[in-house]
Amino acid sequence: MIRYIIRRVLYALPLLLGVNILTFLLFFVVNTPDDMARMHLGEKHVTQEAVDGWKHERGYDLPLFWNDKAEGAEKATRTIFYQKSVGLFMFRFGRSDSGREIGADIRQRMWPSLAIAVPSLLVGLLVHISLALLLVFFRLTYLEFWGIALCVALMSVSFLFYIIGGQYLLGKLLQLTPISGYDSGVNAIRFLILPLAISVIAGIGSGVRWYRTLFLEEVEKDYVRTARAKGLSEPQVLFGHVLKNAMIPILTGVVVVLPLLFTGSLITESFFAIPGLGSYTIDAISQQDFAIVRAMVFLGSALYVLGLLLTDLSYTLVDPRVRLG
Amino acid sequence: MNNPYPAGDKGRNILYTSFTERPKHLDPARAYSSNEYEIIAQIYEPLLQYAYLKRPYQLEPLTAEALPIVTYLDKDLRPLPDNAPEERIAYSEYDIRLRPNILFQPHPAFARNGDGSFRYHALTEGELAKISTITDFAETGARALTAEDYAYQIKRLVHPQLHSPIAEMMKSYIVGLKETGERMAKDFEARSDKSEFFDIRGYTVEGVDIADAHRLKIRLHGKYPQFRFWLAMPFFAPMPWEADAFYAQRGLIEKNITLDWYPVGTGAYMLAENNPNRRMVLLKNPNYHDEFYPAEGEPEDAAKGYLKDAGQKLPFIEKVVFTLEKETIPYWNKFLQGYYDASGIASDNFDQAVQFTGQNDAELTPEMKAKDIHLETAITTTIFYMGFNMLDATVGGLDEAKSKLRQAINIAVDYEEFIDIFINGRGVPAQGILPPDIFGHVEGKDGINPYVYDWADGAPRRKNIDAAKKLLAEAGYPNGVDAKTGRPLVLYLDTVARGPDDKSILNWYRKQFAKLGIQLVLRTTDYNQFQQKMLNGNAQIFMWGWNADYPDPENFFFLVYGENAKVGKGGENAANYKNPEFDRLFERMRNMDDGEERFRIIQAMQEILRHDSPWLFGYHPKAFSLHHDWFRNLKPNLMANNGLKYRRIEAEQRELKRAEWNRPIYWPLAAGSVLLVAAIVPAYSTYRRRMRSTAL
Repeated sequence: MIRYIIRRVLYALPLLLGVNILTFLLFFVVNTPDDMARMHLGEKHVTQEAVDGWKHERGYDLPLFWNDKAEGAEKATRTIFYQKSVGLFMFRFGRSDSGREIGADIRQRMWPSLAIAVPSLLVGLLVHISLALLLVFFRLTYLEFWGIALCVALMSVSFLFYIIGGQYLLGKLLQLTPISGYDSGVNAIRFLILPLAISVIAGIGSGVRWYRTLFLEEVEKDYVRTARAKGLSEPQVLFGHVLKNAMIPILTGVVVVLPLLFTGSLITESFFAIPGLGSYTIDAISQQDFAIVRAMVFLGSALYVLGLLLTDLSYTLVDPRVRLG
Repeated sequence: MNNPYPAGDKGRNILYTSFTERPKHLDPARAYSSNEYEIIAQIYEPLLQYAYLKRPYQLEPLTAEALPIVTYLDKDLRPLPDNAPEERIAYSEYDIRLRPNILFQPHPAFARNGDGSFRYHALTEGELAKISTITDFAETGARALTAEDYAYQIKRLVHPQLHSPIAEMMKSYIVGLKETGERMAKDFEARSDKSEFFDIRGYTVEGVDIADAHRLKIRLHGKYPQFRFWLAMPFFAPMPWEADAFYAQRGLIEKNITLDWYPVGTGAYMLAENNPNRRMVLLKNPNYHDEFYPAEGEPEDAAKGYLKDAGQKLPFIEKVVFTLEKETIPYWNKFLQGYYDASGIASDNFDQAVQFTGQNDAELTPEMKAKDIHLETAITTTIFYMGFNMLDATVGGLDEAKSKLRQAINIAVDYEEFIDIFINGRGVPAQGILPPDIFGHVEGKDGINPYVYDWADGAPRRKNIDAAKKLLAEAGYPNGVDAKTGRPLVLYLDTVARGPDDKSILNWYRKQFAKLGIQLVLRTTDYNQFQQKMLNGNAQIFMWGWNADYPDPENFFFLVYGENAKVGKGGENAANYKNPEFDRLFERMRNMDDGEERFRIIQAMQEILRHDSPWLFGYHPKAFSLHHDWFRNLKPNLMANNGLKYRRIEAEQRELKRAEWNRPIYWPLAAGSVLLVAAIVPAYSTYRRRMRSTAL
């Protein structure tokens, strides 16, 4: 197992390097260091001297990949790419182009994102799986038919509509929850009820249909028939046997997103004014803050690799037939 | 129940407002955007400020005892009379005396140990471990403001690490600032560890003299009367060196505790909490000096209730909470619930809030009036224009034919229609380069652009399209066809497309040009490429805007001054307009004091611009804002950024209204639960039936 993990980590290194190069290329195809400087210095009274000074201080006056004027190894190291990439592999993100510590920002903003993402995932899983199992239990009845119809209807509505509708109904019309906002500690709970309810309800359509498909595939298998034959009740069969055997595809979908949970959700956080990481990357792109963009893309890809690794490891826990070597 | 604020805030004298994007900088040497000024102008105090109620805008002393005394000097530094000809004036000297007994806010940077050394200027690892925000420091201190703090800030404008947006400009005005900047940059480059505190106290600027602790003299090259306006901007706010030294500690920087995020000032408020991802909180500065609500304003101010607080000590509000609110819909709903005290009007909510009367006057809808909401409108000192690149072979040039082509387009592009369709009537068509409230702007018949408008029935009326067609024919393009080549006239509009809404706007422009038979080709691009095109002079027609730095006509006319051309000089004259006569008048006008002669020259300059038409003057946006009845003293002042100290909140009235408007309704929840139970019953009976059946 340890050898497997080490091998996977080593596989990840060239992958992360590739992602880094790609981010770098894409960013600098669209924005030149001069553009970045102008964006940061503002629109009025910006002179070329100021632009040059800004680039020099942040190291953006170096060549992108190859420095012909440098000697020896410095030809590669005295470049924007090298200077801006080395720290990333040690998870040292440095300062953003506007001067803030990226690591401190991430540490501060990840908690509100987690506060909304973790309960949404857990409650969502619980509700969606339970409803899916109910639909399977009531299969071939009018309940299943109308349940599926409702799921399709719920799926067809945009997430934005759920948010605006939810805020209108619960916050404005019934005046039961704050429309938006956030507070720290226990006080955060009353702000989280509405976004949590919305994200769970908005996910019902697709979630329930997906899990129902997984369970339907299992429910006709021989071991289910055996379980019924030995006298187990239908709920025992579904929750005790079918659910367990449908775990592999469920885990594939769930574990891989676990490490990414703290990166937050752009729309939910924007509409509910939750100070999470959801808009961090988007804001950085619009402000042409390359330091944040590269840090967040790198972090995102590293976490995705970690998620895939965790998924593989989790298979061994739920399916004794799987061995990693 | 839906109150988004802590229970402890109930009934307190707190103003609730918001921000949509975190400010980039709160360092007064770097900040230059309105959202940054909204915060720092309450904290930092420059020498002068704009009188809150008086119009036209005028300066008054803030931390200074009086307005600066300006002395003109010849090249040998001998004083000249005030009416000395400009060519004899080599320098102007601004002599400013500070008010005594002004203290900085309480701040850990000033805290001292018993032996007089600074308590927190050399933090240990152990001390740093306990710090996560500026309020975690147990002790604070304060000290009196001195002229040295202003001189220190002037040096900071050319600090090699700060990149102040006005550094290059000020280097050309303040005597010796350029040389000081160069010395600093050289010494800074030579340092082995650039992250350590770079102490600039030892540097001097030839043109900045500290006669004593409360007297500052600033010497400028030549005559530059607009300098007084800069003295009212946060760029010239005092900065205590202790703050710079304190915040330069690496351990603090790693925790994002920097001068760029936690200002240190003498103003009415101090920043107590700064989480730019969630909220920023200003608290009343306990050390704030005596300042009183003005007793003079415009004649109608008394009737409008703006003078009720005259003579009372400022500020009125104890605490200001800025909450991050990125989307307009939640903000608007919370405003209607009474959880925000004021609001702008997004286009989504415009019809809900405002209606137009028969005379095209905006007024509130009955729904807003029922809530006792008030509407304030003000024409901004901003201009959004469409410019022609005067270097372009087709649309550029000063000959009469080209001027007629531009005049024809000027008539055809109907900005009245634009304002109605795209900005809900929130703007006034510009008759020239100067917005209202700027010296030289003329209202009424004499102020119209006679090349585009006629005066009819007491109002400007855009000329008929036939007049434009006639001009176009005289320019050599009858019906939009080049008379020489027989080819249709094709023009190119370079613009930045920001979103789907832009498509309809651009199509509208195409239709305006099509009225003359001109084909308009749209070249949309991103902002970076657009800027590059402008710098290289590759654009033909473009759209841009300008927001005044200060209320002086020079700040608008310099946008079309030949020496400020974008191409080759990198200036702000994006049209690359260069008319020798205009430039000559500009050079005379810019350094004159307001008076009859200046007014006359300005009218002559307007006439040249209107004739040459390097711009379609476009429109001046009109700001609409709403506020609740409990929020008082909100007179729009587009120049003063430090208006919070004049505002008042009637907290009790707000509590009553909030309670009235926010009563939770529970019955739908109960009805929902009943429905759910009703739905479970048939499901349960199906379950029972199924469990009893023998096979599936």
